[in-house]
Amino acid sequence: MKIVVLVKHVPDAAGDRSFSGDTTTDRAAVDGRLSELDEYAVEQALQVVEKAGDGEITFLTMGPEAASEALRKALSMGGDAGVHVVDDALHGSDAIATSLVLAAAVRRLEPDVVICGMASTDGTMSVVPAMIAERLGLTGLTLASSLAIEGNTVTIRRDSDEASTTITGSLPALVSVTDQTGEARYPSFKGIMAAKKKPVETLTLADLGIDPSQVGLGAAWSAVDNIAKRPPRQAGTIVTDEGDGGVKLADFLAAGKFI
Amino acid sequence: MAEVLVIVDHVDGAVRKTTTELLTIARRLGEPAAVFFGAGVDAATETLGNYGATKIYVVDDAEIGQYLVAPKVDALVTIAQQASPAAILVTSTSEGKEIAARAAVRLDSGLITDAVDVDASGVATQSVFAASYVISSKVTHGTPIITVKPNAAAPEAAPTTPAVEKVAVSYGATSTTAQIVEVAPRAKSGRPELTEAAIVVSGGRGVGGPEGFSVVEALADSLNAAVGASRAATDAGWYPHAFQVGQTGKTVSPQLYMANGISGAIQHRAGMQTSKTIVAVNKDAEAPIFELADFGVVGDLFQIVPQLTEEVGKRKG
Repeated sequence: MKIVVLVKHVPDAAGDRSFSGDTTTDRAAVDGRLSELDEYAVEQALQVVEKAGDGEITFLTMGPEAASEALRKALSMGGDAGVHVVDDALHGSDAIATSLVLAAAVRRLEPDVVICGMASTDGTMSVVPAMIAERLGLTGLTLASSLAIEGNTVTIRRDSDEASTTITGSLPALVSVTDQTGEARYPSFKGIMAAKKKPVETLTLADLGIDPSQVGLGAAWSAVDNIAKRPPRQAGTIVTDEGDGGVKLADFLAAGKFI
Repeated sequence: MAEVLVIVDHVDGAVRKTTTELLTIARRLGEPAAVFFGAGVDAATETLGNYGATKIYVVDDAEIGQYLVAPKVDALVTIAQQASPAAILVTSTSEGKEIAARAAVRLDSGLITDAVDVDASGVATQSVFAASYVISSKVTHGTPIITVKPNAAAPEAAPTTPAVEKVAVSYGATSTTAQIVEVAPRAKSGRPELTEAAIVVSGGRGVGGPEGFSVVEALADSLNAAVGASRAATDAGWYPHAFQVGQTGKTVSPQLYMANGISGAIQHRAGMQTSKTIVAVNKDAEAPIFELADFGVVGDLFQIVPQLTEEVGKRKG
């Protein structure tokens, strides 16, 4: 079985993230890392191969030079190879263009299954997996809280507020997984050393046959016209409970007409 | 005036409040037309008309319920090609975002997700980077497709009598591949919907275990509030994941948010810091949640919260 896992290098959500002058995410201001939500996808891919007893995992990312760090992190957890789509023309691409590029790269790898995280932790749109399934006509099994592959059939459980739903479909498929699939493993020292020797292929837009005019900030189908930092919340009143904390809270709620 | 398509979020024809918010926003942009998937349109017609839907497109084919998402995209695209709408508005649920994503690819259209407001010129406001920035943006290509978060507008009635039109859709081979084989409905809590509630009362690690949530629930019930939980509490299995507030759970923006035993890590703040008023109870005076709180009490939540619940009961009489 051939598995492609999509991974993204994002500014650490714990840092003070901000925008560059051209309205794109500032990738220099905060240290980058493999998107936490993609670690669950890496973990599920590794488990699928472990259960099946064989399989080949390729991690695919799109992003500037530093995005290769996300591939190395994923490769230190396991898997076989990485593919990095890097091209200056990609800067500022929207989700539509991102899905176009990633779909072209996936098509080239001809996987049986594509596994993605539920969303990136920077853009948080949660739309790229669905767009890639749409573009490639893959069976789209999204937001899985559990995943099982038996022969040619993929079965997921998807938990929503109303119901827990079981969904099944045939390969080739795209599965996106939530953080409910289970904690991702930590890379071992051996894994970190092994990752340095795993092959990472670099692809440009030309390699994928995509015209640069289709991607990047200039080709985005939505435009940002204003960015404002949310003003910090006004400092509130903090009291220490002296046996009447609940009453004081009630006074505050009553003053705000919540009671 | 061009139509603005609004996908109806409903349970067996019971229209969600979020859809009435979307219809209200749609009236700023054009003439609202509802898109109704599945059974129950008769039960929904009055509400949709009451909030200004002049037309209801109905697609109730078996495929809609048998397969995940993609048949709804086939249907939406069919309607959009026929109606040439000024915009398509979808509730920012996981399914709504997926429909929007696929439709954007098929309709060669720009997409904006998680808008907290949309003005008459189609400019959408979003809250990004764990709500530390507010950005406004506009779709510049194709039919603007915008997913809108709950509470983006106060629903305003504009009664009309909608024309109901059944739409014939032909489903693509790749749209009927993800088959729904079992649906196990969840038990209803009887409390307000987490993302729609005016008041949310949440519990976190400080609640100490599943039984500790009873004090959180009692306070929530005294205030007719929804119950939420931090990731620490849902990961520990103390409260169901569906109630998680935060980056990997729900984003809420209620009038009042009460954080009990929640430290306020970025993961949680991403889901609640746009709340109008924030109240926190935590035994650790250094907990970052107090930086956000309009009112905070440092102390034992098992003393403070029950006392508050009792006070609320007394004052409500």
